[in-house]
Amino acid sequence: MIYLDQAATSFPKPEGVAQAVACALSNVGSSGRGGHELSLAASRLVFQARLAAAEFFGCSDPSRFAFTANATESLNTALFGLLEPGDHVITTAQEHNSVLRPLFRLARRGVELSIVPVDGRGVVDLAGMRRALRPATRAVVVTHGSNLTGNVLDLDWIMAFCREHGLLLIVDAAQTAGWYPYHLDEQPIDILCFTGHKALYGPQGVGGLYVRPGLEVRPLKVGGSGIHTFSREHPQEMPEALEAGTLNTPGIAGLLAGISYVQRQGLEAIRRKEAELTSFFYQEVREIPGVVVYGDFTASERLPIVAVNIREVDSSVVSACLAERGICTRSGGHCAPLLHEALGTREQGAVRFSFGHLNTQEELAAALQALRTLAREDGGKGYGRGQGRDHL
Amino acid sequence: MGEAKVVITFETTTQAMAWERACKEHGLPGRLIPMPVVISANCGLAWLASPEDRDVLLRWAEELALRYDQIVEMEMG
Repeated sequence: MIYLDQAATSFPKPEGVAQAVACALSNVGSSGRGGHELSLAASRLVFQARLAAAEFFGCSDPSRFAFTANATESLNTALFGLLEPGDHVITTAQEHNSVLRPLFRLARRGVELSIVPVDGRGVVDLAGMRRALRPATRAVVVTHGSNLTGNVLDLDWIMAFCREHGLLLIVDAAQTAGWYPYHLDEQPIDILCFTGHKALYGPQGVGGLYVRPGLEVRPLKVGGSGIHTFSREHPQEMPEALEAGTLNTPGIAGLLAGISYVQRQGLEAIRRKEAELTSFFYQEVREIPGVVVYGDFTASERLPIVAVNIREVDSSVVSACLAERGICTRSGGHCAPLLHEALGTREQGAVRFSFGHLNTQEELAAALQALRTLAREDGGKGYGRGQGRDHL
Repeated sequence: MGEAKVVITFETTTQAMAWERACKEHGLPGRLIPMPVVISANCGLAWLASPEDRDVLLRWAEELALRYDQIVEMEMG
């Protein structure tokens, strides 16, 4: 099998991640729920993971990191916990539904929303943020790197824009945590939302969010906290304020192992390898007759993602045919509806190839060869069981 | 009569963990215990030490910017 769906979840996980999860299942209790040895062991493990996350993201205060189930939960926590009716928010058309759907729900509750458009390559028109600015503008919410095109936003520009206009900056780092070198002590990012199971190489079901010191986020969930039992209100102190309920300690143990792995490998080394793979794949795939490539490949940096189509063929047909050859890709809409509309691929979707530093050039070459064969077969004729876009 | 002790309480489990880690790193005395109910029925963790260690603990707390809630002197059986 050739796994080229790393943007969905990294696979395989590095050695040590599964062992860390199993070790936690066998050796620790419930974090923050008592003073006995197993509970303390869990609390220590969670704190160690908090320290590791803080160090990894360049933050000196580990208490500013709360653990969640994933980036979606982090984003919901941030958006519902900060925005009020009457607030105006600027976001972009390259967002994932984990940003868009909470914002659309908030819009029904009186939050005003401006969506900055993208061009035909999916590049966000940053000047559109200036045009969208209003007196009531409170926040900018952006996906740092697109899960569909691999395009990366100019975060320096956005940080300067937010600082200039006194806006909150909420960053969806689902694809960029473990790829981009954040330095949160120095960067004016108010909220950073991340998941653990992509470029941080942890297990699924664990993520987190960073909240800038001094910023208070209303919790999405309230309940068990292990502290202040007789208070009718959930504790307000970070990070427990945003961690109602028993934490996923085994998942957090796996995330800690994943972060440690990335730190041992070095972010730069990982990025270099992934950039080489992406460049190789792009240079080859763009030469295949009938293949359409999406995204901006002139940018100085981009995520290791290449989304393509074969002429008008349904992306799910192509992805299914690749799967029959043991090549794992992702077809369809990638939870990025506005970006697909801008690319003109709402109906067709796209076939997304996404790479990790553990992939090899040989694997990519095999995927390219399969794509060449499919492209020659013209519009899906003879693809596996299907007969093209209408017959999968 | 019990033994005189100093109990340092915390607002959060994370504060307690940071305190314990710092004490271990710097060889400071004491250990974590469940919050004594006579101090607070609110659960959580506390740091138990001898009264003579109070000053050194507080000096390090200031030096390392460690956060805590209360310091209580009490008799413990």
